[in-house]
Amino acid sequence: MTQKQIEQLLHKPETSHNRQRKWWEYFTFNTDHKVIGIQYLVTTFVFYCIGGVMADLVRTELRTPASDFVAPEIYNSLFTLHATIMIFLWIVPAGAGFANYLLPLMIGAEDMAFPKLNALAFWIVPPSGILLITSLVLGDAPDAGWTSYPPLSLVTGQVGEAIWIASILLLGTSSILGSINFLVTLLKMRAPGIGFHQLPLFCWAMMATSALALISTPVLAGALILLSFDLIAGTAFFNPTGGGDPVVYQHMFWFYSHPAVYIMILPFFGVISEVIPTHSRKPIFGYKAIAYSSLAISFLGLIVWAHHMFTSGIPGWLRMFFMITTMIIAVPTGIKIFSWLATMWGGKIRLNSAMLFAMGFLGIFVIGGISGVMLAAVPFDIHVHDTYFVVAHLHYVLFGGSVLGIFAGYYHWFPKITGRLVNETLGRIHFALTIVGMNMTFLPMHQLGLMGMNRRIAMYDPKFAAINEFCTYGSYILAVSTLPFIINVIWSWIAGRKAGNNPWDSLTLEWMTTSPPAIENIETRPILIIGPYEYGSERAKQVVALSHTDKPFTNSKSPAPQTGDDDESYPAIAAEAG
Amino acid sequence: MQSPAIDPAKTEQNHHHVATVEAQHAEHPDHRLFGLVVFLVAEGMIFLGMFGAYFAFRATLSEWPPAGTPELELLLPGINTIILISSSFVIHNADTAIKKNNVRGMQTWFAITAIMGIIFLCGQVYEYKHLEFGLTTNLFASAFYVLTGFHGLHVTIGVLAILAVLWRSRKPNHYSDQQHFGIEAAELYWHFVDVIWIVLFGILYLL
Repeated sequence: MTQKQIEQLLHKPETSHNRQRKWWEYFTFNTDHKVIGIQYLVTTFVFYCIGGVMADLVRTELRTPASDFVAPEIYNSLFTLHATIMIFLWIVPAGAGFANYLLPLMIGAEDMAFPKLNALAFWIVPPSGILLITSLVLGDAPDAGWTSYPPLSLVTGQVGEAIWIASILLLGTSSILGSINFLVTLLKMRAPGIGFHQLPLFCWAMMATSALALISTPVLAGALILLSFDLIAGTAFFNPTGGGDPVVYQHMFWFYSHPAVYIMILPFFGVISEVIPTHSRKPIFGYKAIAYSSLAISFLGLIVWAHHMFTSGIPGWLRMFFMITTMIIAVPTGIKIFSWLATMWGGKIRLNSAMLFAMGFLGIFVIGGISGVMLAAVPFDIHVHDTYFVVAHLHYVLFGGSVLGIFAGYYHWFPKITGRLVNETLGRIHFALTIVGMNMTFLPMHQLGLMGMNRRIAMYDPKFAAINEFCTYGSYILAVSTLPFIINVIWSWIAGRKAGNNPWDSLTLEWMTTSPPAIENIETRPILIIGPYEYGSERAKQVVALSHTDKPFTNSKSPAPQTGDDDESYPAIAAEAG
Repeated sequence: MQSPAIDPAKTEQNHHHVATVEAQHAEHPDHRLFGLVVFLVAEGMIFLGMFGAYFAFRATLSEWPPAGTPELELLLPGINTIILISSSFVIHNADTAIKKNNVRGMQTWFAITAIMGIIFLCGQVYEYKHLEFGLTTNLFASAFYVLTGFHGLHVTIGVLAILAVLWRSRKPNHYSDQQHFGIEAAELYWHFVDVIWIVLFGILYLL
């Protein structure tokens, strides 16, 4: 380092650290990971509301057996757009939102590895979403289901299908760019002293998610490129009339879209792994088991895709292979579930909104997981394929898993992001309505599926009418349940009680700074003095006390005896403790 | 958090102080090449997915290429392949040159690589014009055009990247033995495009 550089360093203008963000900066191309995180979280929530309205329109149509609310073509478009929006514009980018906000803070970095790329990845999302929704206005919305299987997708309307493909290709690009950023940031930008086993579990979850997204998303892009040639240029890759094979599309599609299930759930496994130990005041049980099971899920997630195709005429031995690999995924997932339960066991549990949602997640996700194992069994799957049993299963994992996980994350990190506490009463009302609404809507669908009701139909046999009506009322409760959340967030953001640095007395690095954190996060790189989950120890008390002071990151009189050796592992980390 | 500058007295108490200052210096360490490698993994997966589809189509049809597909001429694509593979060695010389701070040498090798890339693309266009089947003739023809076309798009991007480096290298000291990410990135991308072509050539022409 030259003398000049040292001088520059010492006289670095510090104005950025004193400045608060202006509201309009959140509407600009900003490279600050915290701005991008908030942009993601708010934008995706708006899309969640749009997708939710579509879901309620679908349920309203299904309240009665006849097609009497919307035209059947519109109904097809509604459920197609509902699924596409919820998957590609809500759950997947919401995970990216949390990752953007939290990863650099958790590893003590100033920002992500590629801030501009990061901003670009976000700014792809709103235009693609708007593009997708404008197809409704054009009168030719995609209506072949979110799976867009050919040959159906090739004959239902060229413009709508082309819009769908373009929109998914854009969102896939955004997801790949985001994943590159997360992976490089996690691998290369950890503060000194933060080895892999000192990482909070959310970081492990994002590592597994990003690797999976990087490997699987491009294959979907490949499939969609071929599909667009079929659609526009008249080739016949997936069109049997021209000698093509639609099953090849299904293979390519599910090679992405099954891993996508894990891309949608792993980040929230990470969220839950942060929320539960913090609010149970106990070290996490099985740190390494949870960390490595994320990687195991990633790997296994790549070799199970054909369980979506048991009725597509694939050979028997292939069915057997995919049945077995699918069932094996229950093992790493079970490891996580039991580790979380063991973490809570005997803890001083705080039943606040974040923890309630985390516990709701545990209970409901297990139901979805079990129906998943049922569906993995070939004989059972052939019986219920494309029935409401599948709809029930996927909503238990995606709503009961991912969405409850997102809400747990919202409530947990809201004080950090906004500097203010949420209203716990409204949070509890939100939780109660969500749990009641979701079980009313989706639990009876298992029965409907077993009785033989097909999914994706606007008209059905009158014998299913009573259960369907019940489900529809449940979906209205679900719609209402969002209102206390919206009111709570807006009200608390404006006038909530000040949160302080660390309202939950948490130990992960993002709580060791101000709320909201300063614009460039940190002045000097932090030195890790405690593992992320050493709750209950004497050292934890000291660190928590420190986190409430003015300069938690930069305080040089750290209470810890061992700040010297970067490679030293932290004996009190839960893997050993548990 | 809001102290006006690094307080030397304070950092001194910190026995991490050397590491801290170094971390500050390497505030924005260059992860771009690693990022590009990760990106190329994703790119490779698109091709892998398409190759997978190609083999699946091959497996479903009893005769491949389907009956009546004209034989592919091997001479021109063979020459093209040799040109592209040799260009990978040519571009590596540029890397060696810039590491010796030889900007002129780097420019020469990059220019030669760009010309070889353009010759490859012209050869490709010539082949397209003289083939006896079109995009929609049959499954093999469609796969042939989409795969080679998609690869050709990547060659085009590679050539543009090389030309961009050449354009930037007009400014003296833009690239040096210390600072030459653009050169390394263009080279890495070019090698990637080359490797994909070798696989593609094997699958489409030889198998």
